[in-house]
Amino acid sequence: MSRAEVGLIGGLYHRIVVWLLFLILLLPLAGTLLYSLSTSWSATILPDGLTFKWYLELWSDSRFLAAFGQSLIVCFGALALSVVLILPLLFVVHYYFPKLDSLMNILILLPFAIPPVVSSVGLLQVYGSGPLAMVGTPWILIGCYFTIALPFMYRAITNNLQAINLPDLMDAAHLLGASTWKAALFVVLPNLRKGLMVSLFLSFSFLFGEFVFANILVGTRYETLQVYLNNMRNSSGHFSSALVISYFFFVLLFTWAANHLNKDKS
Amino acid sequence: MSTDLTTRKRGKWLAALCLVPFALFFIAFQIAPLVWVAVHSVSVDDGWGLANFSKIFSSKFYLQAIKHSLQIAFWSSVIGIFIAILGSYSLHQVDSKLRDFVMAFSNMTSNFAGVPLAFAFVILLGFNGAVTLMLKKIGWIEDFNIYSKTGLIVVYSYFQIPLGVMLLFPAFDALRQDWRESAALLGAGSWQFWRFIGLPILTPALLGTFVILLANALGAYATVYALTTGNFNVLPIRIASMVSGDISLNPDMASALAMILVSLMVVVTIAHQWLLRRSYHVAR
Repeated sequence: MSRAEVGLIGGLYHRIVVWLLFLILLLPLAGTLLYSLSTSWSATILPDGLTFKWYLELWSDSRFLAAFGQSLIVCFGALALSVVLILPLLFVVHYYFPKLDSLMNILILLPFAIPPVVSSVGLLQVYGSGPLAMVGTPWILIGCYFTIALPFMYRAITNNLQAINLPDLMDAAHLLGASTWKAALFVVLPNLRKGLMVSLFLSFSFLFGEFVFANILVGTRYETLQVYLNNMRNSSGHFSSALVISYFFFVLLFTWAANHLNKDKS
Repeated sequence: MSTDLTTRKRGKWLAALCLVPFALFFIAFQIAPLVWVAVHSVSVDDGWGLANFSKIFSSKFYLQAIKHSLQIAFWSSVIGIFIAILGSYSLHQVDSKLRDFVMAFSNMTSNFAGVPLAFAFVILLGFNGAVTLMLKKIGWIEDFNIYSKTGLIVVYSYFQIPLGVMLLFPAFDALRQDWRESAALLGAGSWQFWRFIGLPILTPALLGTFVILLANALGAYATVYALTTGNFNVLPIRIASMVSGDISLNPDMASALAMILVSLMVVVTIAHQWLLRRSYHVAR
């Protein structure tokens, strides 16, 4: 065999592997999509007929619309809280106390290393009663979602901060007569816009799919989309498939937006 | 000069003050629950002690939960990383258009986990699922039970793949094409290249990815809960059932089980940090 032939066969092999990977990942989604569009599908390999009625039924269900809205409120609330808490933290750590960064890098491992189901055990007891009784309200979810978004936002924005060379930028702003507040707000912040937006879009896409905290701490008392989906388990499979596809469409929108922004940057 | 110094000092104090809200929220929602769990795991009816733990390690039921958790985590990580290795290596060898498309899709499906994933797998691989029926017709399988341990390993493997690809894809950057060519020029075959150059370079990244996958599967709760309505005996399900079930509430016991899960995760996280420091980085 000549070198070119070996290259050709190798190239074909890699293309096949990549397409197989794509197919494996696509299969559950494609199956759900087909199921959500079919009139009935049981005990056969392909569905009997196609219809949009499950989507119409879903999008006119008031309980679904309420859960959808509540999910959006909790996610946006958590993201707003995260921005308010994490941006000043990043600025202060990197400008005033760079040594704290290594401590922060250990602290942000906690949300990774402690599964939500473990935190829930403590949260249920600490905030179940007493002056800070928050269990069963969206407030506790907003607080928990902040800890989920933290490691991700911290890392993403740290990378962005290192790229703009914060001390030099601040010195230049000071030299031109800006106060530290002004420099942070009008010089540093605009430079972080893209990193911030990308991390917000991505954080949204996984907070939107959070189930553990939502189900254990709040449940039906403030039903979010994932909890609603789980509670609809006993309804028609076609209906819940339409729900899964609608949910994934939103996740897709937000990850696509993040990808798009990321590309613009480079 | 001295006024300048005092304003700088005051600036530092003000700056430190900006950290307070963050610290309060982090303590309230991350540290406090963990401390509560740690304290109550060693609290028994009449004070302190390790009674909860000795109860766990002498109970077949709890030991089964730990065993199931470890088995599912291990096998789904093995399958997940195997597919991710083949996939990431081939992704490096195809044209950038196909690569970017499949990478973007893979990153997207990493959000396809938990309840929606469980639903999708019931449709495909449930008792009357399309894939189950197809495989039965070809005669590859007699029967398939998605609600069993094997079924769970299949579902878990699915959500391990995108994560594995995301973590491993950059690692293959370290294998430069010119090394391969130099090795070939010096007479190394494909096997020799992988045995003496490829694998040793990739080992830390492979092990690091493997432990992340382990941790990912150990802590997973939503998928198995949605799939088996909390009837399959794994650690996260046991923990949750003792704080949010209708029967047999026992927060102290739940805390002790939670501490076992946490110590498994801590071992995994420390191993990962150590491997991360040892891994090769491409000079940029």
